[in-house]
Amino acid sequence: MAKRIYGIFDDEEILMAAIPALKAKGVVCKDVQSPFPIHGVDKLIGVPRTRISICSFLYGMTGTTLALWMTWYMMVHDWHINIGGKPNFMFYMNLPAFIPVTFESTVFCAAHGMVITFLLRSKILPGVTAPIPHLRVTDDKFVLHVDVKDESKLNEIVGQIKSSGASDVLLKSQQAV
Amino acid sequence: MDTNYTLTKNNKTIPMIMMAIGVVAIVMGFMTDTTRAWAVLLHNNFYFTAIALAGTFFVAVQYVAQAGWAVGIKRVPEAMGGFLKYGAIGMILIFAFGHEHLYFWTHNEYYDPNNPAYDHILVGKHGFLNIPFFSVRMVLYFLIWIGFTMLLRKESLQEDVDGSLDHFRKSVKLGAIFLILFAVTSSTSAWDFLMSIDSHWFSTLFGWYTFIGLFVSGLATMCMFILYLKLKGYMEHVREDHLHDVGKFMFAFSVFWTYLWFSQFMLIWYANLPEEVVYFKVRWEHYRTLWIGNFMINFIAPFLVLMTRDAKRQIRILWVGGVIIFIGHWFDVFVMVMPGTVGKDWHLGFIEFGTMIGYLGLFIWSTLHELAKAPLVAKNHPMLEETLHHHI
Repeated sequence: MAKRIYGIFDDEEILMAAIPALKAKGVVCKDVQSPFPIHGVDKLIGVPRTRISICSFLYGMTGTTLALWMTWYMMVHDWHINIGGKPNFMFYMNLPAFIPVTFESTVFCAAHGMVITFLLRSKILPGVTAPIPHLRVTDDKFVLHVDVKDESKLNEIVGQIKSSGASDVLLKSQQAV
Repeated sequence: MDTNYTLTKNNKTIPMIMMAIGVVAIVMGFMTDTTRAWAVLLHNNFYFTAIALAGTFFVAVQYVAQAGWAVGIKRVPEAMGGFLKYGAIGMILIFAFGHEHLYFWTHNEYYDPNNPAYDHILVGKHGFLNIPFFSVRMVLYFLIWIGFTMLLRKESLQEDVDGSLDHFRKSVKLGAIFLILFAVTSSTSAWDFLMSIDSHWFSTLFGWYTFIGLFVSGLATMCMFILYLKLKGYMEHVREDHLHDVGKFMFAFSVFWTYLWFSQFMLIWYANLPEEVVYFKVRWEHYRTLWIGNFMINFIAPFLVLMTRDAKRQIRILWVGGVIIFIGHWFDVFVMVMPGTVGKDWHLGFIEFGTMIGYLGLFIWSTLHELAKAPLVAKNHPMLEETLHHHI
């Protein structure tokens, strides 16, 4: 497994210039953490397209199915409830009355599913210590995640990161300062 | 970059041919059935006026929101607004000569207590629905819409010349005033032009519903004009990022149109009050295919076609989405106009489609000529840099 090291940068301009230079030398840049969004950095390091939209669609479909099943079971199958003389013997006859519920349930499942998936995937559930390599990344430092596949080249890569403008290179995530 | 659009030979001839077809269809319409001809005219006139209005609305919203991404495309909605004057002439002529066929509240016998046709509902609405007040309102709407279209256009063109920032500030103010006036006039004009066809019926959602159909069909038309200009080699600065935003607008407002369509239908269906249900009863009995098909092509089709990110970034799929929305909302207005005018004797033949082609020809002619009058990029707009670097 590749070893993850962290290049600490003081300025996002230096970081943005360093990424293509490092990539040209064959350094594997995996991720960037920064206190604010840096425009275009995701394209620079080649972060793959998020798949959360696919999740969202699936969660939404789950919500739709759940709501339709629930309304069918409660209102048509298990116990006919005559509300305002609306036809309630066949599901499709009363479908318009169930659409708001279905809509809400779809939104509910999609939204909650997306948030929970995001939290799980990012390992930032409540009560879990956030995996921050350097505490000042929430303030004024920029962290470049670099994967080292060949441990024998570690010193060389550290040197390359430093010479590209990094103020420091961490070999291990620094959880407490 | 700041080139003008040059009209090609086809741009000059094809709209003329389309308008000729339209004239033939209108004449044929008056020879076959006068009511049908007026209804078809009202339907198409309203639809294309609405699209032109959506152009001005779009420009105003972008100014008020101070949105940067749309600067590169804003000459297209601006040019679309140029059609409003033709729509105004058309609507005034239609009301002046066709009101007896279209709006039964204009008939005198309903207001005469000695007449067996005396209608207490119409008498109750007479304070609002009477010919003088209707005419004043109609002229006022068009004065507001055309006035603000011209003012916004003038500021934008003047900005090209002297580059002063005052034009942007003034446009923001104009846009804000227009939005307030438009919020009222879009609703009231929808009541006047379309809802008063079914004079007994009313729906509080009708104004929003009409407005959102207007906006989404305007967005689709704007999108197709941009794609056409790109096809002709103009607007290289409009990349897939900008098209993605336009696609998102089309997708979002298609869904919102469905939301309002369903809200209006479901509440009336559920409450089941005779005076309200009558509107959907006639549609269910005589227009069922169109009425359900309208829902399908305006919701399911754009929803599935434009849902993914990749789809919104592809020119071909945007063409498909734009054409679907454009035709779908044409049918939507058809289903709003026809049941109250021609009722169960409706047709979808040469008269309907021919008139639509004629109006489309006039619209294309007007918009392309407006486009050719000014550079395609507002080169002194303060947010031009932002639109050039727009990435999503």
